[in-house]
Amino acid sequence: MALAFDEYGRPFIIIREQEQKTRLRGLDAQKANISSGKAVARILRTSLGPKGMDKMLQSPDGDVTITNDGATILEQMDVDNQIAKLMVELSRSQDYEIGDGTTGVVVMAGALLEQAEKLLERGIHPIRIAEGYEVASRIAFEHLERIAHKFEFGASDVEPLVQTCMTTLSSKIVNRCKRSLAEIAVKAVLAVADLERKDVNLDLIKVEGKVGGKLEDTELIYGIVVDKDMSHPQMPKQIEDARIAILTCPFEPPKPKTKHKVDIDTVEKFQTLRQQEQKYFDDMVQQCKDVGATLVICQWGFDDEANHLLMNRNLPAVRWVGGVELELIAIATGGRIVPRFQELTPEKLGKAGLVREKAFGTTKDRMIYIEHCANSRAVTIFIRGGNKMMIEETKRSIHDALCVARNLIRNNSIVYGGGSAEISCSIAVEAAADKYPGVEQYAIRAFADALDAIPMALAENSGLQPIETLSAVKSQQIKENNTCCGIDCNDVGTNDMREQNVFETLIGKQQQLLLATQVVKMILKIDDVISPSEY
Amino acid sequence: MDYLADFGAKLGLHMNVLKSNSFMAGDHDVETILSSTQLSRGTMPFQYLDIPLAVERLKNARTILNVLAQYEELSNQYVNCDKSTIYFDKHDIHKREILCRLAITDGQLSFMYLRVSLFVGVPRKSHLEPIADQRLFKDEATEEKGERARMASFVGAVAIADLVKTTLGPKGMDKILQSTGRGHSVTVTNDGATILKSLHIDNPAAKVLVDISKVQDDEVGDGTTSVVVLAGELLREAEKLVHTKIHPMTIISGYRMAAECARNALLEKVVDNKLDAEKFKTDLMKIAMTTLSSKILSQDKEHFAKLAVDAVMRLKGSTNLESIQIIKKPGGSLKDSFLDEGFILDKKIGVGQPKRIENAKILVANTAMDTDKVKIYGARVRVDSMAKVAEIEVAEKEKMREKVQKIINHGINCFVNRQLIYNFPEELFADAGILAIEHADFDGIERLALVTGGEIASTFDNPESVKLGHCKLIEEIMIGEDKLIHFSGVEMGQACTIVLRGASPHMLDEAERSLHDALCVLSQTVNDSRVLFGGGWPEMVMAKAVDELARKTPGKKSHAIEAFSRALVAIPTIIADNAGLDSAELVAQRAEHHKEGSTAGIDVISGSVGDMAELGISEAFKVKNAVLLSATEAAEMILRVDEIITCAPRRREDRM
Repeated sequence: MALAFDEYGRPFIIIREQEQKTRLRGLDAQKANISSGKAVARILRTSLGPKGMDKMLQSPDGDVTITNDGATILEQMDVDNQIAKLMVELSRSQDYEIGDGTTGVVVMAGALLEQAEKLLERGIHPIRIAEGYEVASRIAFEHLERIAHKFEFGASDVEPLVQTCMTTLSSKIVNRCKRSLAEIAVKAVLAVADLERKDVNLDLIKVEGKVGGKLEDTELIYGIVVDKDMSHPQMPKQIEDARIAILTCPFEPPKPKTKHKVDIDTVEKFQTLRQQEQKYFDDMVQQCKDVGATLVICQWGFDDEANHLLMNRNLPAVRWVGGVELELIAIATGGRIVPRFQELTPEKLGKAGLVREKAFGTTKDRMIYIEHCANSRAVTIFIRGGNKMMIEETKRSIHDALCVARNLIRNNSIVYGGGSAEISCSIAVEAAADKYPGVEQYAIRAFADALDAIPMALAENSGLQPIETLSAVKSQQIKENNTCCGIDCNDVGTNDMREQNVFETLIGKQQQLLLATQVVKMILKIDDVISPSEY
Repeated sequence: MDYLADFGAKLGLHMNVLKSNSFMAGDHDVETILSSTQLSRGTMPFQYLDIPLAVERLKNARTILNVLAQYEELSNQYVNCDKSTIYFDKHDIHKREILCRLAITDGQLSFMYLRVSLFVGVPRKSHLEPIADQRLFKDEATEEKGERARMASFVGAVAIADLVKTTLGPKGMDKILQSTGRGHSVTVTNDGATILKSLHIDNPAAKVLVDISKVQDDEVGDGTTSVVVLAGELLREAEKLVHTKIHPMTIISGYRMAAECARNALLEKVVDNKLDAEKFKTDLMKIAMTTLSSKILSQDKEHFAKLAVDAVMRLKGSTNLESIQIIKKPGGSLKDSFLDEGFILDKKIGVGQPKRIENAKILVANTAMDTDKVKIYGARVRVDSMAKVAEIEVAEKEKMREKVQKIINHGINCFVNRQLIYNFPEELFADAGILAIEHADFDGIERLALVTGGEIASTFDNPESVKLGHCKLIEEIMIGEDKLIHFSGVEMGQACTIVLRGASPHMLDEAERSLHDALCVLSQTVNDSRVLFGGGWPEMVMAKAVDELARKTPGKKSHAIEAFSRALVAIPTIIADNAGLDSAELVAQRAEHHKEGSTAGIDVISGSVGDMAELGISEAFKVKNAVLLSATEAAEMILRVDEIITCAPRRREDRM
């Protein structure tokens, strides 16, 4: 402690301002950390699986989010505790890497921490536990690879992809129309995928949502949807075979960066200036017209005069289009983004088969659809839904499904879902544990127990008897040597996940294990928490 | 005072005199002690962690026991006497006695908890907290779990539904809303969306309901109350089911099946008169009357229904309601409201300009008619003599004159500008005998362009390419006290104006909202011409179908499906209740009628079961469909929640 006593029994202070800090050391620190890690996992535990519940989050501004996406819950939770923040990071990195399984990874980490606590109580040193976990995670990792199946799919046979996406979507609120959404997600990914390089650039998929209509109206558009309307209300609402000029310069007189002054001191100068100005506008529009553009998309606003001139010359235009959208339009239409009018040439124009404006509902919501693009690599998923929260949640679900489809294209190995992979790993790790001499053996066994937590949570959330179900499935796996047995969450009547078509990606699962183990190791190694106490 | 110094030295801590309170055991020398120690005097009861500790002098164990009991009650924890220690004032003579009675060990200072010295000076709440409670969230962030979370959302949602419940149906009551802003303006309405929009709601589940009502308003315009009430009823039924230990997920899947089934039942019963124009128009008329009958306009619903139908028919299938302009003028009675085929602009004609133009050629423009700014960046006028200023002024005038001349060259006799027109150009226009209207707002300009078929111009160099708008007659008309400009005989009949008259602004506001609802519904119906009967008939049809489904469905889901049908029946019940009728009797009677698959519904006016086809009460399929879907969706969303995490509200500067 920071307080020591001298030979006369008088206290003196070693570390200054000690009273302003709270400090936890040793076992207490570890226990405190573990308990806060567990608390986070406990929150997410009920969200796991197809029958998982949602969480309602109210932001500081009073906006409501309803979701069961682990990453989103944690992100918006306003967490203060340091260890809890680590867990938030954990789920976020799973989100960045894989996109799916963000809940699972936190639940897994929570289970590992819980097991570690028991071992700590038995006096096992935290580092030994960490090492044991490391070994165990390697075993599980390799085991996953062994039980993984590769499945083949081509551009024509997308059924396996759709099935996997459906597994992801089934745990979300949108599971009512998971089939159609899964198909949309797969089609979108395939449209932008580079099958040879096995790479998918998800930036090319734009997810746009608009309140209204119903979920079933969600559609995939081979093109771009921009939430803007024509700059002039009387411009044509539909353009066929559009040639699009994509501009990042405003339709306004130039504003040179160097400081300058144009002094007007005579009437002549005043008049020439006026003429110049008119000419300038005229030239701008003429230049666009000359290169053969039939649609102008501009990042900036237009002057009223320019707007009218464009209208007058029959050149429809869209203004205030965001930078990201502009890039997407450029990719989709094969055009180039032009920063100056002088550089406008016919080759730099983008091409689209059809550009149209569409109105929604009773309010004046209009959007511009750019379809049949020269290069249909960019696609848009346009989500409709009953309310804003529904749309936001659908966006997140679609994002997950897209990530899963992408992962499958990168690596077409899958493992079976419904907790079957975890159970199988748990059996393998358990068996391997006995081969390790020393204290690590306990840690490895604990790891196997922790693996059981996920199927257990699944069963619990589905309203089944967790322990009973888990042990039944486990014995079935061993007896039949069938790694596809999992928890029957939807009450279909079979435990075989192959028949239920519940798949998950191999890399997703592996990443879950690795990330969870890493974080737990990190947490276990902390033995001193010093934080300034607040007042 | 020596004692205090001693205490400080032992702890290695300094006492913060300013923060400490001294509690006087006796009452002698109080003043002296206080003045010498500079301690402020604490008042009984002594508060620790918000719990009054020493209510009176801790004379005997009974007092302590009482305190502990109180503590137990407040913190929901039992005090374990074996593990607890008690700290005594040094002068306490009853120490031994109390210890024996309570079996609590005598504690020594300094107080340690988990090996952290706790009391620095006076114990403060913050010392205990980090250890006692593993806090995950920031201050003020709260978390509600499981049953409590569900309860909170049920209560919130049902409360909102109950709030708007009384406005449902033709005999529904209105609400007065008073804003907290400046002026405390008052709104009287029975439009669900308007009511909910103006509420400040804290409950997240209630917010979901407000949101769906808003969406309903945006999408179909009407049924904003029904959707909230239905969602509320669904949740109320769900709450009962949850109490009987049915898992929310089971309820949800039951609800989904029921909603699907209800929708199919509706689809079977729809009437589509799209092909028969005459019948379609009567359908529209009926729908408009049904919608309006629940609003303030119900007295003159026929009149307004006709207005609305006429206006919507003009749109020719477009849903852009902006081309229907609603002008409100206080005065007169609601009956005096009328639909004008032309276009009315709420502006005055410039002085000295013709007040009446026949065969007008109109140029609609958006251009600056004050001083034309030089748009080239950095330009400025620098002169060195007064003469030059005058010259430039002349040039400027010349420029404006040229511009005006160009405009006149278009061969127009009416010029409408969105921006201001200064006196000088206005004078020029007057000279040329041109009617100039300034500052027509943006919507007005667009509408005018739409009506007259002209285009909005900003440059005037090539008159031949600018399309001019035409109308037969422009004249100044008087409505009430105000002069307005009236364009009649316009080319394109798409836009029109509805002039509302009424006794007070509140009345007019509400009339506008009602009319807006009717217009929305009609414009949607024009696109989707399927029609249903009203008066609670669709709910009964759905309830019947759903009930049948419940009988066929095995398992727990059937309870949820039954609940869904009960929630559906609740709507006609509420309508009847609001009308002061015997709802139970009526609904039962109607259920009887429905066995034969008739068109019976509640006739609120006569208070009996009537034939909806005869009474001409119809509703648009699209509205009912949207109500059903969004209500189910919202209920589902709220049911799925098992935890509410509320972040600390962002602090705002209090501007009041």
